[in-house]
Amino acid sequence: MSPAAIQIRHLWVSYNHQPVLEDINLDIEENTCVGVLGPNGAGKSTLLKVILGLIAPTRGEILVFGENPRQGRNRGNFIGYLPQRPLSNPHFPVNALDVVLMGRYGRIGLGRRPKKEDRDAALAHLERLGIRHLADRPISELSGGEQQRVFIARALAVNPHLLVLDEPTISLDTCSQDEVYDLVKRLKDELHLTVIMVSHDIGAVASHVDDIVCLNRRVHVHSPPPIGRLALESTFGCAVEYLFHGEIPHRVVRVRDD
Amino acid sequence: MIEALSLGFFQRALLAGVMLSLLCGVLSVFVILRRMAFIGVGISHSAFGGVALGFLLGLDPLWSGIGFSLVVALLIEWAQERGRLEQDAAIGIFFAVAMALGVVFLSLSRTYNVDVFGFLFGNILAVGPYQVGETLAVSAVVLGTVTLFYKELVFLSFDEEMAWVSGVPVRALRYLFLVLLALVIIMAIYLVGIILVSALLVIPGAVARNLTRHISGMLWVSVAAAVAATLAGLFLSLALDWPSGATVVLVLGLAFFLSQASRLWPGR
Repeated sequence: MSPAAIQIRHLWVSYNHQPVLEDINLDIEENTCVGVLGPNGAGKSTLLKVILGLIAPTRGEILVFGENPRQGRNRGNFIGYLPQRPLSNPHFPVNALDVVLMGRYGRIGLGRRPKKEDRDAALAHLERLGIRHLADRPISELSGGEQQRVFIARALAVNPHLLVLDEPTISLDTCSQDEVYDLVKRLKDELHLTVIMVSHDIGAVASHVDDIVCLNRRVHVHSPPPIGRLALESTFGCAVEYLFHGEIPHRVVRVRDD
Repeated sequence: MIEALSLGFFQRALLAGVMLSLLCGVLSVFVILRRMAFIGVGISHSAFGGVALGFLLGLDPLWSGIGFSLVVALLIEWAQERGRLEQDAAIGIFFAVAMALGVVFLSLSRTYNVDVFGFLFGNILAVGPYQVGETLAVSAVVLGTVTLFYKELVFLSFDEEMAWVSGVPVRALRYLFLVLLALVIIMAIYLVGIILVSALLVIPGAVARNLTRHISGMLWVSVAAAVAATLAGLFLSLALDWPSGATVVLVLGLAFFLSQASRLWPGR
């Protein structure tokens, strides 16, 4: 058994005394791809932010590769992160290469300019994602799928061992969604990454990950796919209907409020 | 008008004006990209409280103004970090309180002969050699700091959360930027006064945003717009005998409308 990338013990997070995450216990092994599923407001993004060190737990402990994520960050062990809305200002005047270079700023350090080696590394990440030809294009002029690749390249530019993706496919059409899932799987294997991916797209995630965590304030299930209907219903708190389509490579899941 | 150039006070006004507008041009880019346009209004109007306190206590109004605006700038940041307020609400509260304090201080000091009007609307032509020295010193500090932390300031404007995750000291830089902003705003009060100084922090960046597609170009255009408008404004005010600060702001406003119109031009 490979060592644990993430260990979470009795973790609680509250906002204004209202618990968002309750008594989370979770071990994620190195070099696996884990999907976190759950309804809106289940605390999925909060869990990611705790792992990133952006939010300190109210109680309990979290270790990322054996250390507190904030300490890890301060020691230069950065986590690759794709936020849910990575382009908060859609007309920000920078090009794709600038965005990827940003991932290296923490490593380059204060008061220093990016050097040629930083530039080369950023270009190599764009190359890996098949969008090197877009390096000089303004980020605002790229399509949603292209932008998503640029932001994944930026996440890789911090040289992470752990990649955290928050709803990586939410603004993409179905074809681009599958591309992103395949891409993440390839990156995981090539770069020996541990990947945590949040989604509420049950069908798509189930077919692309090694392990699934069903989260709704607490961890309801943690097991490899396929996840049974009962487990999903206990997570989502409502009846869930699976619709599998034989030859079509997409699964559609309908959630019904009874 | 040419002979004005040989006058000491006009030379000083030009030198101080160019340096201050250069600083404003640089910071304006970040003010626009970080959507902080309103903070210029907040900090500059708060300075009024500090300036009035200086009159009351017999201190140098410049330094009491800087101290006061720094405190208000940090309070705004703190209120937003700790409370549930959006930044614009925090600014609205603090600058109104600071200005109200200023009015009370002023009435307590009973010195109506001081140049309150100069602080409110700017009086660059009255700048003495000592103030030119101050302006040059502040310019060196601000430009040096921005050069040193340029890439981090861009990243912060782009996405603060991501900047933190990538190892950038976000909180320290956010406060640092506010300190720079407060310093520049107070110095620029010489040029256009408390009421109008926020124009110098918003319009150059907005003009540049209209005319450029990349941040490096935006920086140069913003600086050029600010410096050119200041020079044109100063000469125009001399020729027309208009108030200098207001003329500079009017020229900037004209530049903005032209840049906006150029976007409607076919072929862009």
